[in-house]
Amino acid sequence: MIAGRWRDRCVAAAALTVIWTLLWGSFTPLTVIGGLLIAIVVLTVFPLPPVTYAGRVHPLGVLKFAGRFAVDLVVASAQVAALAFRFGSTPRSAVIAVPLRVPSDLGLTLTAEALSLVPGSLIVEVDRERGVLYVHVLGVSDLADVERFRGEVLALERRLVAAFGSPAERTLCRENR
Amino acid sequence: MIDALAYFCLIVGALLSLSAGVALVRFPDLLSRMHAATKPQALGLLLILAGCALRLRDHLGVMALVAVFQMATAPVAAHMVGRAGYRSGRVRQDLLITDELASEADRP
Repeated sequence: MIAGRWRDRCVAAAALTVIWTLLWGSFTPLTVIGGLLIAIVVLTVFPLPPVTYAGRVHPLGVLKFAGRFAVDLVVASAQVAALAFRFGSTPRSAVIAVPLRVPSDLGLTLTAEALSLVPGSLIVEVDRERGVLYVHVLGVSDLADVERFRGEVLALERRLVAAFGSPAERTLCRENR
Repeated sequence: MIDALAYFCLIVGALLSLSAGVALVRFPDLLSRMHAATKPQALGLLLILAGCALRLRDHLGVMALVAVFQMATAPVAAHMVGRAGYRSGRVRQDLLITDELASEADRP
């Protein structure tokens, strides 16, 4: 457990250092060491709440997720753009509840973030204890659309778990399809 | 060739940003408007950054940072605005087909 926390801190420090060097726009010993020092100070002064990450990264799953995400992002933008220029009709929408199968904090966060960027969905409310996302869906016309969309949210969660989840989460997802 | 690709990215990105602006004005309620503020705008910015990167071939690190933070923060901002709007009743219920959040009894 302690080792895990140290690993998390090292990853956070490395990420902050990378951001710092990117901000300076030059890769010199001064920026790297300065970034590292600032990262350590920041992490000591503002300690992060422990994020329980039990899974590991699956490269193939990540590729699949990223590819589908890119396609979804383009489709989503085209859809909203089309709705914006369709005169004469008002887009209908719905607020639906989607109970996730993997109620870990990280899974919930990643799913919510990805959802907000893909077609027609926006997070309105999150129930962290029960792992329920309340999603606002734009451009639905009837209840069949709503059910289809619920399936899409769960499919997105499955792709995320396939990319970043632990073995236990993966089986959980596979069983409750 | 690379210039053509850069121009394509810049023009499509600009058009997407324009459509986001139009959608902001035309959409009926707050939640729909937040859709406009997150999606076409995010992709538009990504495309414009890609176009700039192809054209300038400089400051790539800063552009990557802008893209990453845009993708990471836009959903959070939209969530917070949407949540505040829903809780203060700024949602057009007549436009909603179903509202499964309304039946939550524990909602303050």
